[in-house]
Amino acid sequence: MFKFNLNKVLKGNKNVSQMKPGEVGIIAGFTDEELSVKLLEMGCLPGAAIRFNFSAPLGDPVCISVLDYELSLRVEEAATISILN
Amino acid sequence: MSDPARLKIAFVGNPNSGKSSLFNHFTGLNQKIGNFPGVTVEKRIGFASLNESAGAEIMDLPGIYSLYPRSLDERIVTEILLNHKSASCPDKIVVVADATNLKRSLLLLTQVIDIGLPTVLALNMMDLVAKAGISYDINKLSQQLGIPVIPINARKGTGLDELKRVLREPLGIPTKNIFSVYEEAKGAVKALRDQLHLDNDYEAYQILQQPTSLSFLSKAEQLLIQQISAQYDFFPGKFQGAETIHRYTFIQNLLDEVTLKVSDESWKRYNSKLDKILVHKVFGYVIFFGILFLIFQSIFAWASVPMDWIDGLFAAFSNFVGTALPDGPLTRLLAEGVIPGIGGIVIFVPQIAILFAFIAILEETGYMARVVFLMDKIMRKFGLNGKSVVPLMSGVACAIPAIMATRTIDNWKERTITIFVTPLMSCSARLPVFTILIALIVPEDASLGFFNLQGLTLMGLYLLGFAAAMLSALVMKYIIKVKERSYLLMELPAYRWPKWTNVGLTIVEKTKSFVLEAGKVIIAISVVLWVLASYGPGDKLENAKQYVLEESANLRLTEQGLENRVAAYKLENSYAGIVGKAIEPVIRPLGFDWKIGIALITSFAAREVFVGTMATIYSIGSTEDQTTIKMRMQEEINPETGGPRFTPAVGFSLLVFYTFAMQCMSTLAVVYRETNGWKWPMLQLAYMSVLAYVSSFVVFQLLS
Repeated sequence: MFKFNLNKVLKGNKNVSQMKPGEVGIIAGFTDEELSVKLLEMGCLPGAAIRFNFSAPLGDPVCISVLDYELSLRVEEAATISILN
Repeated sequence: MSDPARLKIAFVGNPNSGKSSLFNHFTGLNQKIGNFPGVTVEKRIGFASLNESAGAEIMDLPGIYSLYPRSLDERIVTEILLNHKSASCPDKIVVVADATNLKRSLLLLTQVIDIGLPTVLALNMMDLVAKAGISYDINKLSQQLGIPVIPINARKGTGLDELKRVLREPLGIPTKNIFSVYEEAKGAVKALRDQLHLDNDYEAYQILQQPTSLSFLSKAEQLLIQQISAQYDFFPGKFQGAETIHRYTFIQNLLDEVTLKVSDESWKRYNSKLDKILVHKVFGYVIFFGILFLIFQSIFAWASVPMDWIDGLFAAFSNFVGTALPDGPLTRLLAEGVIPGIGGIVIFVPQIAILFAFIAILEETGYMARVVFLMDKIMRKFGLNGKSVVPLMSGVACAIPAIMATRTIDNWKERTITIFVTPLMSCSARLPVFTILIALIVPEDASLGFFNLQGLTLMGLYLLGFAAAMLSALVMKYIIKVKERSYLLMELPAYRWPKWTNVGLTIVEKTKSFVLEAGKVIIAISVVLWVLASYGPGDKLENAKQYVLEESANLRLTEQGLENRVAAYKLENSYAGIVGKAIEPVIRPLGFDWKIGIALITSFAAREVFVGTMATIYSIGSTEDQTTIKMRMQEEINPETGGPRFTPAVGFSLLVFYTFAMQCMSTLAVVYRETNGWKWPMLQLAYMSVLAYVSSFVVFQLLS
């Protein structure tokens, strides 16, 4: 079963808030446990492909594609999703 | 609340899954919108016939993503589905799934299946999937899930006969169990099942996961859960992430098996092209504020035509009743109290209908999610939601429909703050008061460079109201403490053409709930206000004419002049007049006399009544002519100073008072309905009165 104690491993990793429009990545894990269960439910699964679509005009929130649909989330929320690149 | 023998069916599904369209198809106009007990989550119930002989009660539950709740809406759904012993527990569940996003929809479905209630999967938007070149093996899907699966198109209404047929037939609980409780949790689950006599493992597991948020659990039961949790070392949230991953693994395997052709996704491109314009740095805001302006303009200007008709109609009807029936207290109550009271409710219908037509279209097309996307960053700083922009802007026309529009905000705290501050936006009822007072104290020809000073003052008042609303929101953001963490995590749904029957039903439903629920309070208060203004102690009101004649015997009054004086005398000696005089010591520091005091009290019916009251009290009849009233007010002398009553200090003090004060019973009534109690309307009344009083005091003392 997947373990979520990835904080240490993921610290140096890139996260979704640092992605550029059009960039694609693979979700590695989460750094906020409380938020991670919500993100999982919305389909942000470790190993799933994620595409950064665009930011709102003021830079926050951002829009990503995951599981073939568009999800918007705040930058601080996006920053808790680590990606493998 | 309903016939226990009747079949109860609940619709469950993700937001934007087409649940409401399906509900509207099933029930048509046969629906009832209320609140779940104790909370302001909308409860939509309707009645549908499954065939000629069988009917069913349909409950459209709020859209959710998972049985683990993160908002009030989601908690309600979880409670209904977990409380198997309650009378309101549905007999059958229809999970409505968006077939274009099947993975995420199936997450919720697998949870519902495990909870052990008879379930049917309605696979919606199959047409879009087909266009994308995908097809699912429905039979296999049904086999693997252990429940009936019906493909439907909720917008067009196809597949509904088949769905109804399945719902008519007896349906057992799902045969499959998708997620088995982990070894480590089995001890706790078994203990709880034995103690509470629960139907299955997952039900017990869910209750263990969220013991504090389920309101149907008694104190004793909660204690029991705590004991069991402690005994077996179980804590809420322990396996939640792992469970979700387990479910998605199951779903992935299932979809690999039943998907007949994989899409190339080309059909989704269209959507993002529109987003390039609609959330563009410049055009995004230009378009959004253009739409806001259009909404504002239509409530402000277009609604005024039907509102004038309603006004005229009720005035004529009141007149007719007043003359047709024999004179007496009952006739007067009917003609002057009740009928204008009903008119005062119906008058809001055009504004409500127009605003909700726009809001329904914005929601239906998927644009509302973009509004949140555009505004979230700014509004969040003030403790508001991206969606708060629509109510705040509509508040400039009228706070009543604006406050009703806050229903679209899911987060309780953000919604409450929006409701609380919206009445500070200067509504159209303040405009007559503003214009007459500004004309009185600001010289017409004065200008500041390019700008007319009167216009600048008016704009300043609107800005003042807006600033007060935003600052109050900011303060409340820090005062209200909630456990609920604020998330955005919102789907940006694909753009769609609105379905007009859904728009129509929204308008009907909102209007109905306003007239029936807020209307009760409005009519009660308006009758009370009418009694206060038309009756008084002693015989002064009945013999008003005689008293006036005695007082002004040496004045040569015309017939009209006499009548006006009698009206003024009556108002002065009514209960409202007495209260107005009684509060004079309190409002004197603001520069107001008892005549203004009376106007403040009658303004509670609606702010624009100020102008009419001023006309009556200054004995110039019930004229609507602004110049006449203005001239008369200019002549009014302050007996203490010998100068004019309406000095700039008094005028500005009064302007500020009207900007901030909560002088609208209809707003209070609608806040009462929307927040499900008197707590928030009373806090609002107190807060705004204090704000108005203190600000007016400061203004008057500084200027005089």
